[in-house]
Amino acid sequence: MITVEHVNKVYPTRSGDRLVLDDISFTLARGEKLGILGRNGAGKSTLIRLVSGAERPTSGTVTQEMSVSWPLAFGGAFQGTLTGLDNVRFISRIYRQDYKRNIDFVADFTELGIYLREPVRSYSQGMRARLAFAISMIIEFDCYLIDEITAVGDARFHERCEAELFQKRNDRAMLIISHDVNYVRQHCQRFAVINDGKLIFYEDFDQAYYAHAQNMNLHN
Amino acid sequence: MESSQFNVLFRSAAIQGRVIQALLMREILTRFGRHNIGFLWLFVEPMLFTTGVTILWTVTKAVHGSTLPIVAFALTGYSSVLLWRNMPSRCIGAVEPNLSLMYHRNVRVLDVFLARLLLEAGGATISFVVLSLFYIYIGWLEPPVDVLTVAKGWLMLAWFGASLAMLLGALGEKHEVIERLWHPVAYIAFPLSGAAFMVDSLPAAAQQYILYVPMVNGVELVREGYFGDKVHVHYDLPYMVAFCMALSLLALAQVTVISREITPE
Repeated sequence: MITVEHVNKVYPTRSGDRLVLDDISFTLARGEKLGILGRNGAGKSTLIRLVSGAERPTSGTVTQEMSVSWPLAFGGAFQGTLTGLDNVRFISRIYRQDYKRNIDFVADFTELGIYLREPVRSYSQGMRARLAFAISMIIEFDCYLIDEITAVGDARFHERCEAELFQKRNDRAMLIISHDVNYVRQHCQRFAVINDGKLIFYEDFDQAYYAHAQNMNLHN
Repeated sequence: MESSQFNVLFRSAAIQGRVIQALLMREILTRFGRHNIGFLWLFVEPMLFTTGVTILWTVTKAVHGSTLPIVAFALTGYSSVLLWRNMPSRCIGAVEPNLSLMYHRNVRVLDVFLARLLLEAGGATISFVVLSLFYIYIGWLEPPVDVLTVAKGWLMLAWFGASLAMLLGALGEKHEVIERLWHPVAYIAFPLSGAAFMVDSLPAAAQQYILYVPMVNGVELVREGYFGDKVHVHYDLPYMVAFCMALSLLALAQVTVISREITPE
């Protein structure tokens, strides 16, 4: 179970403090899949970073009673100057994993071949996404935080992500944010929309989608 | 209750140890790469620095106000400078390139600093030891009179450098001006740091004031260990300990503030 209670997040900007998340509370139980819709800059990624524990809320608390992944994004959580293999080693060391076994899995999943020995900054976006996803699958978590991980990459990659995440790990909890509303509809049971710093839950996908579409139009 | 608290502490220490180790390996790779002599640069570079300065001072017969051989004087002095000066230089601006790694909640700002400090102090220490052994071997230098006192002085300098580095590293994350100011300050502090003079050679009136500069006490201690009775050293160890303690507390407080405020990228 993850419990988020009265979380506020304020970012200082040149034009004064900006309240990005305003008194957000919710829970996520084991195995539950929650999808969050929202415009660009609405605070979706901020919320996911707060839930992961990588960043701290300005006020309020986040309690994790199960193991939670880092935010799985298509570009993030590794270093461009290191090679793909070095990144696998680094993550394996942090999470105390056997990196030899992990390297086999990553090599197999990413099909990057010799490029695994090249710096990540030389990779294309699609290659980076493959590596990021494979590295994320090395470590087993009770809850996965998914931030647009399949926004790039080809059909084959999407198919393999689907198998790893939603077939092999279907019993895990997930918090999914995406611009792809169909992706959210297919994979989640609970839906919420984030707008003006508020997180509002809806009974079903259609209502959430309607609210989300309205938010988009209002500001057009 | 107590034993469970102890367990939590133990587990946290294990995680932190693992993270620092991983960061250390990563740091070595990103900084030195796998080309030519790779991570040997860690101590070859300070060795070149120290050797260069030693040669320069020998050739110009630098005035240092004591009867000590110039090689011994330069080695102890310049190695000390590298120790306390390189740590802050490496910690200022250390957070930014590592922001992407802070997506992993166990990787914290403090770990990034500690990894860099270990590497930097390690490099300076290896350089000092290897050069000492080499100079002793070729007969330019007498072996130190009391190795433990040398180590004590060296550790004090390392403590001072490390706490200063963490403080400036944390402050520098918020205020760009820290990075701009550090270079001139470090440059000006060099002649004041005791590397290029013995306190005993200063006028008596200046001696009591120069000991307020923390590094001077450490360098004097190193030289006492190295030269024993041949030199007359002045230092105030309790003052330096108190200074480092206060600096460390301040540094840790600022690191805590920073780690609350950063946004991983």
